[in-house]
Amino acid sequence: MIHVRDLRKKFVLHNQGGAELAVLSGVSLDVAPGECVALEGPSGVGKSTLLKCIYGNYRITGGDVRVGGVELASATSQDTLRLRNEVVAYVSQFLRVIPRVPALDIVAQGASAATEHAGAAAAARRDAEQLLLRLRIPMRLWSVPPATFSGGEQQRINIARSFIRRRPVLLLDEPTASLDAENRLTVIAMIAEARAAGAAIVGIFHDQKVRDAVATRVFDLAAAQ
Amino acid sequence: MILRASGLRKSYGERLAVDDVSFELFAGEVLAVVGESGSGKTTLLRLVSGNLRPDAGAVEFATRHEGVKNLYSISEAERRLLARTDWGFVHQRAEEGLRMNVSAGANVGERLMALGERHYGSIRAAAADWLSRVEMDAARIDESPGAFSGGMRQRLQIARNLVTRPRLVFMDEPTSGLDVSVQAKLLDLLRSLTRGLGLAAIVVTHDLAVARLLAQRMLVMREGRVVEEGLTDQVLDDPQHPYTQLLVSSVLQP
Repeated sequence: MIHVRDLRKKFVLHNQGGAELAVLSGVSLDVAPGECVALEGPSGVGKSTLLKCIYGNYRITGGDVRVGGVELASATSQDTLRLRNEVVAYVSQFLRVIPRVPALDIVAQGASAATEHAGAAAAARRDAEQLLLRLRIPMRLWSVPPATFSGGEQQRINIARSFIRRRPVLLLDEPTASLDAENRLTVIAMIAEARAAGAAIVGIFHDQKVRDAVATRVFDLAAAQ
Repeated sequence: MILRASGLRKSYGERLAVDDVSFELFAGEVLAVVGESGSGKTTLLRLVSGNLRPDAGAVEFATRHEGVKNLYSISEAERRLLARTDWGFVHQRAEEGLRMNVSAGANVGERLMALGERHYGSIRAAAADWLSRVEMDAARIDESPGAFSGGMRQRLQIARNLVTRPRLVFMDEPTSGLDVSVQAKLLDLLRSLTRGLGLAAIVVTHDLAVARLLAQRMLVMREGRVVEEGLTDQVLDDPQHPYTQLLVSSVLQP
């Protein structure tokens, strides 16, 4: 489902005298459906960068990244958008808050890029409610924009938004970092369910217990390049 | 494809304002064009919206009923009709997009009448409906735009443009010049309207946060040329061109 071949990622800082930061230098990784690969390595080794390259957020300097059959380096913007809408979900560490949009709508909007179809929109809202219940977001917060939520609440909104539709590829950047024990267990269960349903998962899990619970394999990024 | 610009060029005397710009816009897609003043972004918007004939290049538009047309090969009258039926234009200054001497309701209803709607009751009902869709008090339907605040005038201009359900809207700095709190509400409204109606839009802005919030894709312009393009998050999170890097590093968390 995910094929990374000899991936190189270099940042060129034109306003810092053209300084170059080579973050990834020749990474290869394959992830099959039903696998959950935990990325390992010290801070700065490029774990988040690798996830962002697989999501098509960072552009690829060299090598190949193929996700769900789409070659990201040569994909058009439309191809990448379609991939994100149908194939790949990415849980970033932090929620990007949209002014004035209530928590429930932020989650429901994760179901699709557009909500013109009223029936689909209503179904997405029902699914969003189920997820918010499961993740213990108090109902009084559902109609509130999450700008003022705690870190843990925002993280759960972010997880709900990404899990609202089952996607064949899941990219998780520290999905449990700000969660209490009970919610951590819920998220572990949700990841396990997605994997059992055939998702190919790559994640960064600093918490050893979370990693042991969800990962089928550990990928040492420092040793891989 | 709903609109295709190819090889557009326009100069004002000696100065090249738009230099060899090409892009495609797809149905339902919101494209942001960013750059500083003088980058040519507003000139580009005038070229692709049929308001300014390019020195070279073509603008093709997929009309609702009559296939793809080259905007500058058809007659002025045909172009004006398209502007009323198939697209909208939201000006930075609402006063330029509104008729200030008629009521709010007449401002919204005018485009319907231009399309042949004659029934007073249904025009008024549509106007009231659109005022509430842009979160204006429908009870103010008979007031003149002069009685409204800047943010309200901008909402009225949006209602006036959307009442005929265009598939494409051009927007020139739709939120600048408004107070920050008013800007946020208007951006939220534009975001839900474009999403909910499946509207395609080209939004010219100097504000990267506006691009982040509204657009899936963006073009970065400098000195009349497109120096970088891509998905909005790609351009803002991993800018490649020195100029884009400078723009992104000059603002707080775009």
